[in-house]
Amino acid sequence: MQKYSVFSLIKNAFSDHQNWEVAWKDPTPKKEYDVIIIGGGGHGLATAYYLAKEHNITNVAIIEKGWIGGGNVGRNTTIIRSNYMHDDNALFSEFGMDLWRKMSQDLNYNVMFSPRGIINLAHSDAQMNAYSRRGNSMRLNGIDAVLLNREEVKKKIPMADFSDNVRFPIFGGLMQPSAGTARHDAVAWGYARQADSMGVDIIQNCEVTGFDVNNGKIVGVRTSRGDIKAKKVGLCVAGSTNILAEMLNMTLPIETHLLQACVSEPVKPLLDHVVTFGAGHFYCSQSDKGEMVMGGDLDGYNSYSQRGNLPTLQHVLTEGIAMFPFLSKLKMLRTWGGIMDMSMDGSPIIDKTHIDGLYLNCGWCYGGFKATPASGWTFAHTIAQDRVHELNSGYSLNRFNTGDLIDEKGLGTKTWIS
Amino acid sequence: MLYIFCPHCGSRSQNEFAYGGDATVKRPELNKEISDQEWNNFVYLRKSPRGKHLELWHHISGCRQWIKVERDTSTHEIFKTYKADELTE
Repeated sequence: MQKYSVFSLIKNAFSDHQNWEVAWKDPTPKKEYDVIIIGGGGHGLATAYYLAKEHNITNVAIIEKGWIGGGNVGRNTTIIRSNYMHDDNALFSEFGMDLWRKMSQDLNYNVMFSPRGIINLAHSDAQMNAYSRRGNSMRLNGIDAVLLNREEVKKKIPMADFSDNVRFPIFGGLMQPSAGTARHDAVAWGYARQADSMGVDIIQNCEVTGFDVNNGKIVGVRTSRGDIKAKKVGLCVAGSTNILAEMLNMTLPIETHLLQACVSEPVKPLLDHVVTFGAGHFYCSQSDKGEMVMGGDLDGYNSYSQRGNLPTLQHVLTEGIAMFPFLSKLKMLRTWGGIMDMSMDGSPIIDKTHIDGLYLNCGWCYGGFKATPASGWTFAHTIAQDRVHELNSGYSLNRFNTGDLIDEKGLGTKTWIS
Repeated sequence: MLYIFCPHCGSRSQNEFAYGGDATVKRPELNKEISDQEWNNFVYLRKSPRGKHLELWHHISGCRQWIKVERDTSTHEIFKTYKADELTE
């Protein structure tokens, strides 16, 4: 594989950049693989990469219905953080933060990781207390957390509404300075390129139409490009999880919902951090191009359409304007939607299933992008060793049966409200 | 914008409604020993189909009645709506 560097850039400039190697091949599916990963999104590509890198399993295929990186890894708001209170979430995410810091070097691909910090705003004394508790929990798990008072927040984000007569005055906030953003497409492409170079087949435009299960063991996958045998199969399909689960006669603690995001027209640099509104559900950061990148609530009813509805967008932006009044002056450049695998406790599932050789990775709710490396790493471990790693032991499918929920927000089973 | 036909009030915009989730989920029978698995099925497990989905909506800014709506989850087409106690096809 061609190494990307300033020297290869100069060298290729002499041939008008016409002779770059393709980043990944377009193979025809083989008859059989050791592992098939269904879903060529961030998590699927990362899983294949870590299977090859950490476990030396390279006879692997990624099967993708559309094109790689066309789902949620290309539709998110690129936020990376580990500001969780519960141990399972905190340790898993912080392990991921470490992988994020090394990712560009590791993949020889610039993912533009930008640890600009995230600030969760607080709008009451009670919320300040809750954040103080969360911050202390984070620090006990070795994650950086700083509780900011009103003045400190004002220094960092002076454009927020600090006037006297507001419905949700800013009391302060909780900041994780090491959190940040990354270029989401580059993450998918970087993982794809490295996985491909180690022998993984990336098979696009290949829809899964069924599974071959024999005596409780997975033996293969039926696809629109023919039947493919496999010793092990991993599901990494986010919002489409329930569609595949139905083919396997499984019912999961997951509902598929639509989440929208949007960007404004580009403006000069004005927002240095990722900021979330504490009295509703709104988050905002500024991209390197200058666009304000914004997101918030789910559309609020089960949905498989990757297109949003206006009432939710209006609601979300109303919250945004309450926090940052200047947003009302900006024109909207693009809006889009993606379908989320909303789990019943708001936490993901990375586990084995009752079918031997079939593994499940789903339930990422709002937080799939930041989990990409840690999810791929632990899922690869779970598949390769046929047992869960300590880091994803809490993310079991059985926890809903045993009551060991990881209810970070404690909002119950109404996934459309959480 | 969805327009939902409330069986009590007529066609109204989605802004008047709150979503209530899958309407086909059945609570385990009362006065019977209920296993953990049955509770799990009732509380947590959902089919979440792509296509026809029977769901509850609450006409919270209207007549405040719960209704059942049969809707396509990929096209958002609404086929039929029912009163909460009405039998569905």
